[in-house]
Amino acid sequence: MSESMVQVRSVTKVYERGKQKIEVLHGLTLDIPRGDFVALMGPSGSGKTTLLNLIGGLDKPTSGEIVVGGSRIDQLSSGQLAHWRAHNVGFVFQFYNLMPVLSAEGNVELPLLLTRLSAAQRRKNVAVALQVVGLADRAKHKPRELSGGQEQRVAIARALVSDPQLLVCDEPTGDLDRKTADEILGLLQVLNREHGKTIVIVTHDPKAAEFARRTLHLEKGQLLEQAA
Amino acid sequence: MTRSGFVIANLFRKRTRTILTLLSVIMAFLLFGLLQSVNTIFSAGADFVGATRLMVQARVSFTSPLPLSMVPKLEAIPGVARVAYQQWFGGVWQQNTPLIMFCLDPQRYRDVYPEWVMSDAQWQAFASTRTGMIVGKQLAEQFGWKIGQKIPIASNIWPQKNGSKAWTFDLVGIFDGKDEDWKKRTNLAFIQQDYFEEANQFGLKGRTNFFILKLTDASQARAVSRTIDSMFENSPDETKTQTEKDFNISFVKQIGDIGLIVRWILFAVFFTLLLVVGNTMAQSVRERIPELAVLKTLGFSDGSVLGFVLAEAFALCLCGGLVGLLLASLAGAMVEKGTGGQFQLQLDGSVWLLGVAAIVLMSAAVGLLPGLRARRLRIVDALAGR
Repeated sequence: MSESMVQVRSVTKVYERGKQKIEVLHGLTLDIPRGDFVALMGPSGSGKTTLLNLIGGLDKPTSGEIVVGGSRIDQLSSGQLAHWRAHNVGFVFQFYNLMPVLSAEGNVELPLLLTRLSAAQRRKNVAVALQVVGLADRAKHKPRELSGGQEQRVAIARALVSDPQLLVCDEPTGDLDRKTADEILGLLQVLNREHGKTIVIVTHDPKAAEFARRTLHLEKGQLLEQAA
Repeated sequence: MTRSGFVIANLFRKRTRTILTLLSVIMAFLLFGLLQSVNTIFSAGADFVGATRLMVQARVSFTSPLPLSMVPKLEAIPGVARVAYQQWFGGVWQQNTPLIMFCLDPQRYRDVYPEWVMSDAQWQAFASTRTGMIVGKQLAEQFGWKIGQKIPIASNIWPQKNGSKAWTFDLVGIFDGKDEDWKKRTNLAFIQQDYFEEANQFGLKGRTNFFILKLTDASQARAVSRTIDSMFENSPDETKTQTEKDFNISFVKQIGDIGLIVRWILFAVFFTLLLVVGNTMAQSVRERIPELAVLKTLGFSDGSVLGFVLAEAFALCLCGGLVGLLLASLAGAMVEKGTGGQFQLQLDGSVWLLGVAAIVLMSAAVGLLPGLRARRLRIVDALAGR
């Protein structure tokens, strides 16, 4: 676990809201080794989600460098970033963000439409991803026919299906009850330990953070400490 | 699943709304198909006839008859080869099928219109049978008329001397057209002017609705036309002389400029459609901003997201447009059948081509703005609901 998966160097992020400039991250530096499972915690407005968005290539820093899997993603254009995300990162959101018009397997297959895989190969990969999250028997169900926990599993399968090395999860258990949340976090743990995925989650829940290998605390846009 | 499958799935996320929008597109293209066909019919009529013949009618209106005594004067004009004349009969077959039916002099008409093909024997029979009638092949086939039959026909204008509007004619000939264009026009019926003059109750004698002049040289049409109109200027029967093409156009223009009317109706229809479909597309995109942001998160480029929205707009307009045009074709065929082929409301290639162009333009117009909005979405703002 020595090689760096994520390197964040002196990153600053400033948002402009009308005439007002809000500096959310102040020269933040961070290393996440390959195969790590990191929980980002901190109060609202501390910059957790902003940092996660930068690591996932959803946004660009105002200054500083971000290297993920060996790529300087802060220098990529919007189109290059989209291409990079499709092949290198899986995303899991608090409210699942599945396409309501597609079945579970349709949702999981969506990222594969950006690959050159044949329809048969795509179906095979989808089946494997759904099997990994334990939802092979719900493949034909639409999101509205699934429970919250099942929807989140579909979202995880979607994040996994193109086999990215990095998973970024924004409050993945924020909308779930304790038991289901623990199941989802257990699943992430399996993906980290058995499949070698590097995982970064943002959470407010200290119990959720316990599933991570380590927890990083942010406050007012700066990293406070690193807890083992 | 494929990208097109995804587009179609998104299109039907609100089934009722999509179906209603689809119905409005279908109605618009049904109207488009039918009105364009009407337009084509009128323009085709004007383009079809060349300038080798001139039509002479009363200056006031062709419903005001001109005296047949003008025939020798017209034939004496240099450049005029032969003169025929036609009187509208207003024939009606059975209850309410109107016929395009004229009274005329057989020999003169044959001389002026060599485009009609019929055997000499049948032309002779027409000329020598007082109650004779000849009809076009289309008309004969449509009503199953055979030579030798007595055909009862009512006139909605002219009663016989006994007061009855029911006339009976002997079918003595069936003519065809010399080529495909003329064959399409064999939905006409002709009877003898002499018999009509003797038998009609109103005593209309020695007069006709218009003369048709066959010219020796098409390039003299303008000069001959001027000569005729100046010859009868300040007489009780002032004339208006035009080419057949101009005559057809002015005939149609009695009810207005068809092309302009059609264009305005279509403009109103498509403008309304633009608002309806545009609103549907805009609403549809507004409702799923977070979903579009997720697509971008997964790695779909800005261009791909724009493409999805445009594809939805195109799919909606294409389905509605093609169904509308197909329905217009069916409706056209039914109208043609119902009017006994007299109103050939068929969607030809040009109407289909225009229809497809309208579909593409409409798709771009309704899809572009919401598509550009989707393209411009910033993922983090959209996911945060900003």
